[in-house]
Parts: sequence; C-alpha cells; structure tokens
Amino acid sequence: MAISMQRLTKRFGDFVALDDVSLEIRDGSLTALLGPSGSGKTTLLRIIAGLDVPDSGTVLLDDRDVTRVPPQDRGIGFVFQHYAPFKHMTVWDNVAFGLTIRHRPKDEVRRTVGDLLDLVQIAHLADRYPAQLSGGQRQRMALARALAIQPSVLLLDEPFGALDARVRKELRVWLRRLHDESHVTTVFVTHDQEEAMDVADHIVVMDVGRIEQQGTARDLYEHPANEFVMSFIGPVTRLGDAYVRPHDIEILLAPEEGSRQAVVERVVYLGFEVRVELTRDDGVRVWVQVPRDEAERLSLQQGQTISVRSRHEQVFAAA
Amino acid sequence: MTAVESTPVEATSPGAPITTTRGRAIRLTLRLVVLGYLTFILALPVFMVFWRTFEDGLEPVLRAISRPAFQSAFWMTLQITAIAVPVNTVFGILAALMLVRRRFPGRSLLNALIDLPFAISPVVIGLSLVLVYGKNGWFGEVLSDLGIQVIFAMPGMVLATMFVSLPFVVREVMPVLREIGTDQEQAAYTLGASGWRTFWRVTLPSIRWGVIYGVILTTARSLGEFGAVAIVSGKISGKTETLTTHVEERFQAFDLVGAYTASIVLACMALLVLLAMTVYQSGWLGRRIGRGHQHAASDETVR
Repeated sequence: MAISMQRLTKRFGDFVALDDVSLEIRDGSLTALLGPSGSGKTTLLRIIAGLDVPDSGTVLLDDRDVTRVPPQDRGIGFVFQHYAPFKHMTVWDNVAFGLTIRHRPKDEVRRTVGDLLDLVQIAHLADRYPAQLSGGQRQRMALARALAIQPSVLLLDEPFGALDARVRKELRVWLRRLHDESHVTTVFVTHDQEEAMDVADHIVVMDVGRIEQQGTARDLYEHPANEFVMSFIGPVTRLGDAYVRPHDIEILLAPEEGSRQAVVERVVYLGFEVRVELTRDDGVRVWVQVPRDEAERLSLQQGQTISVRSRHEQVFAAA
Repeated sequence: MTAVESTPVEATSPGAPITTTRGRAIRLTLRLVVLGYLTFILALPVFMVFWRTFEDGLEPVLRAISRPAFQSAFWMTLQITAIAVPVNTVFGILAALMLVRRRFPGRSLLNALIDLPFAISPVVIGLSLVLVYGKNGWFGEVLSDLGIQVIFAMPGMVLATMFVSLPFVVREVMPVLREIGTDQEQAAYTLGASGWRTFWRVTLPSIRWGVIYGVILTTARSLGEFGAVAIVSGKISGKTETLTTHVEERFQAFDLVGAYTASIVLACMALLVLLAMTVYQSGWLGRRIGRGHQHAASDETVR
C-alpha cells in the first residue's frame, strides 16, 4: 500500500517535531527514515500508524484519507522500539492477540500463529513469557505479532537499536529477506546510517523536523544535497569551505599539479584500511583513508612531509 | 559520522554482602532490633489477645459468638465491606487511570483530594458526614422526605467506610500504571483492539498486583474502621453495631471474653483475606517458574 504524507506539522508544546513535511512512499518499498534524535522521524512513523495525530496536514493510504482514523482501523503493523510485549501473555498468546481480538476461527489462529512462529524461528519458545526471552527473540516475537494481522504497511521504530552488534547484523539481513518475499510496504526508523544503507532501498534523511534529502543510498552518498546529509551519511573531512570523503584524498610522495604539502601527524592501522592524520601547510588538519597496500607502498612515518590532493571536493552554499 | 544515541544502561546489582566480623556484628544487631521491635509492638499484643480469649476454654467463646448482638455486628461488618471494597476498587482504578494518563484542569487538586482520608482523623470524617447527611444537615431534609435514613443507619456506615478506605487502590495502582507505560496499550491498538478490550486484556492484567494489594488494604481498613463508623452509626446494639464498635461496647460492659472474641474474629477475617491473596499469588508464580524450567534445555538453540 502506498503512503502519502502532505504538509504534516506536529508540535509538542514549544518543540516542533515535524515542520511542514511531505513524503511519498511507494507501494511495496522498503524505506528508512534516517536522522539524529529529535529529527522527527519517530513522530512521522507514529503519525502514519495513527498513534499521534498531526496538528495539520494529511496522511493518505492508497488515496484514502486516514489522518483522523484511529490506529485500530488502519490495518498497520507496528513494531515498537522496545517491542512492547504483552508481559502477562505467552509468546503464543502475544502473536495470536490480533487474531483473537478479531474472533478468527480457532483453526485459523492455530495455523497462522504456528506458521509465523516458524517464520521468525521461535516456535520452540511458544509457551514462554517475554521476560524469559533474549532481546533478539523478543524482537522476532514483536515482528510476528505485527505480521499476524496481515498488515498492509509494516512500521518499525528503531527495530535493531537495543540489540548487540552480531544479532543486529543477522536481523538486518533477515528483515531484508522477509521484505523481498512478502513485498509489504515497510518503513523503519533508524539513527544508524550503515543500517539504513544496508537494509533500505529508499532512504529519507531528516533533521530538526524536516526532510533534508531522499534517494537511494548511492545517491545520498555521492550527491549529498547539503553539509548535514554529507556528514551524516558516511565519513567526511573538511578542507576550509570544502567537504571531502577521506578516501577521496590522494597522498603523494612528491608534489604534483594541484597538490599541497602536508606533515604526517599520526598513522592508525584499522585492519584493511589505514587512517592518516595530517596537517597541511596552511594549518588545516585533515584525515585520509587509504587501503593497507597503499599505506605500505608509501611507508608513511610520523613527521614525514608529503603532498595531498583531493578528488571530489564538495562546496555547499552557506545555509 | 553517526549520531550517537544513548543505549539503555543495565541496572547495577546491589553491593556484595558484608563479610567482615564487624559487618556481621552490625547485621546481627540490626536484626535483633527489628525482631525486638516487631515482638513488642506487633506479635506480643496479638498473642495476648488470643491467649486471654481461650484462657477459660472454648465454652465462653462460643457463648459470645452465639449472642444476637455479636451476630448482627458480624453481618453488618461483612455487608459494609462487601459494598465498600468493590466500589472503591472500581473508583480507585478509574481515578488512577485518570491521574496517570490524562492531563486535565484540576488534576493536582484531585490528586491531593485522594489523600484527604489519610490526613483527616476518622472521627472528623464521621462528624462531617453527619453535618451533610444528618437530620439538620444539607441533604438531611431532602433525604428524610424521600424516606431514606443515612445517619444512624447502614447507608451512613457504608459511606464512612468508603471514605476512610478510598485512597488505597488509587495509591497502589498509580505507580504500577506509571511503570508499565503506554507501549503495551498502543501495541494493542495497532493490533485492532478497542479501548475497552485493551483495558480488559492488557491494562488490567498488567496492573493486577497493584489492584490486589490495594484490595487487601481496602478490605483490612473496611473491616477495622472504628472512629468514623462509631460516629455515624450511633452504635445501636443489635442494629448498627459493627464488629469494632461491638468490641468497644463489650469492653465497656466488662465482658472481656466477648470483646476478645469479637477482636479475634476480626483478626481472622483480615488474615483470611491476606492468606487467600498469598495462595493466589504463589500459585501463579509457581506456574510461571514451572514453565521456565520446562524449556530450560531448549534455550540456546536459536540465536
């Protein structure tokens, strides 16, 4: 189901959570709302779900105006940041909740819940209570519970935020696969750019209640619209007014056209790549990312004088 | 650059037990002080009541119990409690929901008002009820025209009991409601549950321990209320006496066994309520732990 948001504004007291935001989400897409805390991404998600009502603006689900429709009647699956499990119910009852509320026949409930628990690989935990599950298992349960009502849209609020790094990577791959199989329109909120780039096919970057830019991961990385997007998506090093990706700076042993002299301050080995911290002759401090082979070829020493040249400098108009 | 957001910090475990000799001495002293305090303030007086009651055997106790005034008082206390406790439970849950979940003008005033029965002496509460509902009170004339007698009758006694036991459920449920937050309820909404169904299937089960504890305290208070009921009931023997006022009446009539017997019946009723709740609680806990063990072996298969 396609989601269309038009001119949404939401205030909490003096705080403007959303400032005239418009956004279209394609049917069947997997979209990430990416931004720092307070950027309005969670508020936007909650407005789509009907958990918050905008002060002004409209939300359409496939051309149906749902701005004032309560969450019960939207048919949207929502996975909460801390999963919001029903603590007094077993895993089975949690997942069955949406179906028993709808008075579905017992056979159907049994079949659907069984299938979903298999899908999220926690069928053997059906009799447990949420308190007896690990974070990853709780996350899967919350997902199964949201999927049980066959939602037309699946919304996830920081779905991997509270998990450890390894489980997070696993679930990321898994969510991507689930989406590729089911094609449910999915929107998730994250503050982690790597997560957004890894999972989503469309990324919406937000800051202080506004959308800064949207597009594919590659679009955003290579053609950032402004300083905020550039520095939020991927590493960045600053050369006066210009911004450069640290891997877009060449280190040369001898001066060449367009290069400047610099002194090596520090060389840090980070596995397959090496971070070199430099001070240019004009006093600007820069850091450069070079592959390990390259660093070995140059055999950089602290205090050594070399030359640097940047390939893709970006200068943004002052905001 | 990625934005850094705070990750939830795990609760720190309490400090390790003290193991030095001095630590042990301090611990023992503290235990003795607490036990001694409980013995002299709580255990000894209760034990003495039991002792004195059965000092001359069972026969005087049975005689006291079979007296009509006692039986009337016993049933009166039961009836008052049976009305006051459910009413205050429903009101308490509603008030707690309003105070925790809603923002409305006068909220802090209502919050302060809830504590009034704790702050005011029951005797004053009794007197104020007489002022409002008594013969010369505000509603006195209207009520007597309608043929309803509140003061010196059961309605007044129920009112007085409800008044003094009002805060318990509210005050027990409020912190639990605050702790569970609204996440689970919102999850229920997104799954299609109406507000009413969400309350029965999600909210109420989540706050049940707060409610149960509130009910225990309300029941204990209702059974034991003396001051306010003494004023509004007029303590008419065999008619408007409760067990507590009956104890006083027997005591002043130098019928010590009668007074002690009524006291013990009161104490046993309160203990029964406590016991029922404990059994319910431990039964439930036992079931949960049992489930946990059953699955312990298959725990780590999926990660």
